[in-house]
Amino acid sequence: MTKPKMTGARAVIECLYRENVEVIFGYPGGTVLPLYDELYDANIRHILVRHEQAAAHAADGYARATGKTGVCLATSGPGATNLVTGIANAYMDSIPMIAITGQVPRSLIGCDAFQEANITGITLPITKHNYLVQDTKDLPTIFKEAFYIARTGRPGPVLIDIPKDVQNEIIEYEYPEEVKMRSYKPTYTGNEQQIKKAASVILKSERPIFYVGGGIIFSNACEELKDLAQTIMAPVTTTLMGMGAFPLAHPLSVGMLGMHGTRYANYAIQESDLIIAIGVRFDDRVTGKISAFAPNAKIIHIDIDPAEIGKNVRVDIPIVGDAKNILKSLARFVKIEQPKTDAWVTKIHAWKKEYPLTYKRDNLLRPQFVVEQISDVCPDAIICTEVGQNQMWAAQFFNYKNPRTFISSGGLGTMGYGFPAAIGAKVGKPESTVIDIAGDGSFQMNSQELATVVQNDIPVIVAILNNGVLGMVRQWQKLFFNQRYSSTCLKGSVDFVKLAEAYGALGLRATKKSEVRDVIVEAVKSGRPTVIDFVVEREENVSPMVPAGAAINEILDLE
Amino acid sequence: MKHTLAILVENKPGVLTRVAGLFSRRGFNIESLAVGVTENLDTSRITIVVSGDDNILEQVEKQLNKLIDIIRVSDIPAEDSVSRELALIKVGVDSNTRAEVMQIVDVFRAKIVDVGIKSLVIEVTGDESKINAIEQLLRQFGIKEMVRTGKIAMNRGAKVVQSEKR
Repeated sequence: MTKPKMTGARAVIECLYRENVEVIFGYPGGTVLPLYDELYDANIRHILVRHEQAAAHAADGYARATGKTGVCLATSGPGATNLVTGIANAYMDSIPMIAITGQVPRSLIGCDAFQEANITGITLPITKHNYLVQDTKDLPTIFKEAFYIARTGRPGPVLIDIPKDVQNEIIEYEYPEEVKMRSYKPTYTGNEQQIKKAASVILKSERPIFYVGGGIIFSNACEELKDLAQTIMAPVTTTLMGMGAFPLAHPLSVGMLGMHGTRYANYAIQESDLIIAIGVRFDDRVTGKISAFAPNAKIIHIDIDPAEIGKNVRVDIPIVGDAKNILKSLARFVKIEQPKTDAWVTKIHAWKKEYPLTYKRDNLLRPQFVVEQISDVCPDAIICTEVGQNQMWAAQFFNYKNPRTFISSGGLGTMGYGFPAAIGAKVGKPESTVIDIAGDGSFQMNSQELATVVQNDIPVIVAILNNGVLGMVRQWQKLFFNQRYSSTCLKGSVDFVKLAEAYGALGLRATKKSEVRDVIVEAVKSGRPTVIDFVVEREENVSPMVPAGAAINEILDLE
Repeated sequence: MKHTLAILVENKPGVLTRVAGLFSRRGFNIESLAVGVTENLDTSRITIVVSGDDNILEQVEKQLNKLIDIIRVSDIPAEDSVSRELALIKVGVDSNTRAEVMQIVDVFRAKIVDVGIKSLVIEVTGDESKINAIEQLLRQFGIKEMVRTGKIAMNRGAKVVQSEKR
């Protein structure tokens, strides 16, 4: 059979078809003109954003909501550099993503040509891998490898930089059927000896706890986790990235741990005799003072990335592999007639009763109340968040039940992430209600995407917890910098209702508790892109809180 | 503690940047570096000397293994391997000192690869301490220029660093 002849640009589209790409988030420019010409009548939806950063975040949000690989596209130079924050964000949270960038023609590379930037050099530390296409014939192999690398092992972003003349050159196109890479072979099956060892330690433990994160969700192992937790009757705490992996209403759930986690999760970790850590990386926001972390616990660490094991804490039993596989194997060796954890579970229930997550329930409109109402009105919504206080309240006061319903910038902590991520989530899951719980500071970092949601009819809801300040920084200034509120006041900046209306979106406002429910219902019913301005108490702090550098059981309640 | 790592990599552009970039951003220090092609033309071998305790070394190896173009990372133990560096040293000489310098070259089984009226270029191979020793001795005559390669190393006996990832 003769191979079809086509341009590099056409070949890219064919490669995307083969990888079942249904949507691209992007922004055109000089060096991607041939690609955009092919997209004009390709069977792939293209969402035109208003800033390339939003394209990267949207691809990321799409990937988190659907489990598929997100794709974003930008031109060379500034287009490519505008993707950088979004790529770094995806890298820190292990999100499968392909970033395609145009590059100046090969003959001009290195000449400081117009809109030239060495994007493969720039993204070296923030991509799982990247490619500069130097030979057009390599395009199909590169795409095959890139998608394979992005979604296998520990997922991550892969960038493909395509010079403009490569897009125009004619090649004989053939998509490889399989990937041949001698240097990349992720481990999926856990070592059986290690699994048996882990099982025997689990069987002996009287105070075990599961500490699980994003890895559980990426590996689709939530059911297996629930089964094993119920078998051994052990509490489950999740990281921010793991929200939704285990239903918060489950009696064994202790919610989120760490700096703004629940008291009972942190106490449970500190008093446990065994931590079963799965798909987590012992981040400093979780462990607090590392030398005082879980002093009496043995640690089983299950992760697909061998480099995570022993990176931050000593591990007694490491198991490298896919969480779902390993949990299934573990279940075969963990057979329990009568769990030994009765006293432990009783103690945890007592803590849960004594130290619930709470806030002042008075007549004032407090942000926590807004999140609770959203949870009540839209229990099945996909919640995206910005970064800061809004993010923590969204994590604390929404009743998460299912994986892939909490989408937040965990590792990088990117303000401006939530709204474009919500766009990606809604495009991937059009049947779901998608709500970005935002702060007035974060939302303004990418509010230009209101134009995107209106033009493309993507009815996401932005719920702004508007306190007129950069709340989390202000909270730290209040606690640690003598209330010197240096550059954290946003008062008088924007009328968000008018802003929404200016873009053609629906703008709503609530200033009293009694109005909250109605505006949420109205937003959902409208089926339109909506911004809700919740004018909330300015002074509210995220509580409880572990001060930086303290052990996680040294947790404070803030007024 | 110093460790010598033999790193087999795909012989592609940019791979050395990936390796060097990893060291700098993770805060690992490269003490010495040598790169060259292996018996397979599609594979290069990077020899890196890195200092640090066992934990640091473990992280270095694991992080290197995460790089897509890295085929294999292998720790070459000092006690069970041979290692060499090469140096070219240009020494200033006159009729009084030339003979003495040539004697030192003889003792070290080094070679004179260029003779000028006022200078000699000496080629010396050996382990780090040997090269340090000859450098020390030649210093009194005036070293005008010196260039040293990074260390290369190989296991003794039948053991080899193979191009299959563990």
